Amino acid sequence: MYLTEVRSLIASGRFPKLGSIVTYMNKTLTAVATLAIATVSSTLLGAEITGKVTLTGTPPPEREITPIKADAKCGAAHTAPVMTRSFVKGDGDGLANVWVYVTEGLPAGKTYEVPKSKPVVDQVGCMYEPFVSAVMAGQPFAVKNSDPFMHNVNAMAKLNKGFNFAQSTQGQENEKTFDKAENVKFVCNVHPWMSGYVRVFENPFFAVTDKDGKFTISGDLPDGKYTVEAEHLKAGKVTGTVEVKGGKATLALSLAVPAAK
Amino acid sequence: MPTGHQDNKWLYRYAVFAACCTLLLVCVGGMVTSKGVGMAVPDWPTTYGYNMFLFPFSKMIGGIFWEHLHRLKASGVGLLTLGLAAWIFFFESRNWVKKLGFAAAGMVIIQGVLGGLRVMMDKEVVANTTLGTVFGLVHACTGQAFFVLMCVLAFALSPAWARFSEAEKSREQGARRLRWLIPVATVAVFIQLALGAAMRHQHSGLAVPDFPMAYGQVWPATDAESLLRYNQRRADTEIITAFQIWLHMFHRLNACVVALLIGLVAVTARKLSGAAAPVRKAAFLWAGLVVLQFSLGIVTVLYDKPADIATAHVAVGALTLALGGLLICGSRLLLSPWVPLRNPEDALSKPAKWVVNPG
Repeated sequence: MYLTEVRSLIASGRFPKLGSIVTYMNKTLTAVATLAIATVSSTLLGAEITGKVTLTGTPPPEREITPIKADAKCGAAHTAPVMTRSFVKGDGDGLANVWVYVTEGLPAGKTYEVPKSKPVVDQVGCMYEPFVSAVMAGQPFAVKNSDPFMHNVNAMAKLNKGFNFAQSTQGQENEKTFDKAENVKFVCNVHPWMSGYVRVFENPFFAVTDKDGKFTISGDLPDGKYTVEAEHLKAGKVTGTVEVKGGKATLALSLAVPAAK
Repeated sequence: MPTGHQDNKWLYRYAVFAACCTLLLVCVGGMVTSKGVGMAVPDWPTTYGYNMFLFPFSKMIGGIFWEHLHRLKASGVGLLTLGLAAWIFFFESRNWVKKLGFAAAGMVIIQGVLGGLRVMMDKEVVANTTLGTVFGLVHACTGQAFFVLMCVLAFALSPAWARFSEAEKSREQGARRLRWLIPVATVAVFIQLALGAAMRHQHSGLAVPDFPMAYGQVWPATDAESLLRYNQRRADTEIITAFQIWLHMFHRLNACVVALLIGLVAVTARKLSGAAAPVRKAAFLWAGLVVLQFSLGIVTVLYDKPADIATAHVAVGALTLALGGLLICGSRLLLSPWVPLRNPEDALSKPAKWVVNPG
């Protein structure tokens, strides 16, 4: 009896098809879930500032690091010439290796947990990878040797306690921590062209731009206005302001190099 | 100047050999800083935990080779110097030479300890300055001074010293002036070497990459905006500071002072003759070294500091200072402190009280 009524309703077009009901329910559930995730992430996971740093102007051409070729072991690790990484540009003039960090707008006196991630500063083919990285004060990071021969890791810190030790075996990893905000230069004196930088920040709101200049700063950032600075080793600094709304914000920053005279 | 030279050819030859080894040691030290490998061995007096003399040759790769070679060579020079001091003590009659021998022995030990402190204190920072760098600078200056001392010792033990001691002191035109002008020029050379050492330890050799101008200016601006512009245009990844630029520029400026003073010495000495002729020849050689040193400095800047040229610059600098030391000794032995005879014939006819030997 009941089935007969339903069949007649479907036949007359006054009752929705089962497939339509499922689709409707899916859409509703998706919307609810998205709203829930946004609410949870905004309150628990925090916000995200995404953006891109670009470089205008024509930087000086990169130079080949010729001593690598002269060193039999290091030279064997490369098939193409190894170039300096003063200005690494990607798609759309994006500039890599830029530190982007929040300088103003954070609640005064608030302390933040150290990020759970453990960045790795690797030595590959007698080069530091990544060339530029960042950690929070107190955040452990690993120094790794992926080469099948020895490097010495000389961290030339001034505010933090520096170190200089040998990594003689392939795959060797040593965990290190810096406690104070500072930009620490790393060098290998066995292969003196090798250098890299680890910048230490006081809070977790920092990022390093990728090969295309893109960055994401994420964390417990309440909605509001923030000042964000982007700093590149050679190109200098630029400051921008951004307003985080609903846990989201985007920012475009541009650095410039003057034309060669 | 005390005399009493005791003829001992083998002692003299040994002293010359030790001085040559010291120059080689300075060169190897120059290679260490030119290549930036001073901290390739982070421990001292051991080398990566090994007894220094038992460190395997197979492990002397890259920068370790130069740093470890510097240590081995320094040990050799240390032993040579202690041997020289002992030989002088037992076989040399002049007390002041014995004292110089002891001074050399003490200095080589201090120099070794300074080298060790440069390594051990590399991670100690006081007032934003790495103590290792400070010790490295002192180590470099003491090394140059030690080389001068070894050269003076070899000179004191040479047959030339005896000959000069017995020669009559020249009272020719300029002789008196040279007795103070040469030490002044030598001090200027030492200051120049100290500035050079500071440059090497502060990585300022290429802080100004052009010559004769400096970033296109006579004296480069060092405000924040200019520094950013310089760094943006530089091809390397090093970030140059105002201090590095100032250090570099003072090295250039003092090079001109040194060239002027040594040029003045050469011009003043040009008429010296007879017994004082060696001073004239050495002064000309000194001027030649300065020209060579200038050229090496220019090539170092214009050709991106090749390690061998930069090291040759260090070696010629050391020779310039050593020759200054020898010239001070030579001028004391061969040149009179008295005013020159304007007309020797007048002096013969009307002898004054201070004219001792008017001939």
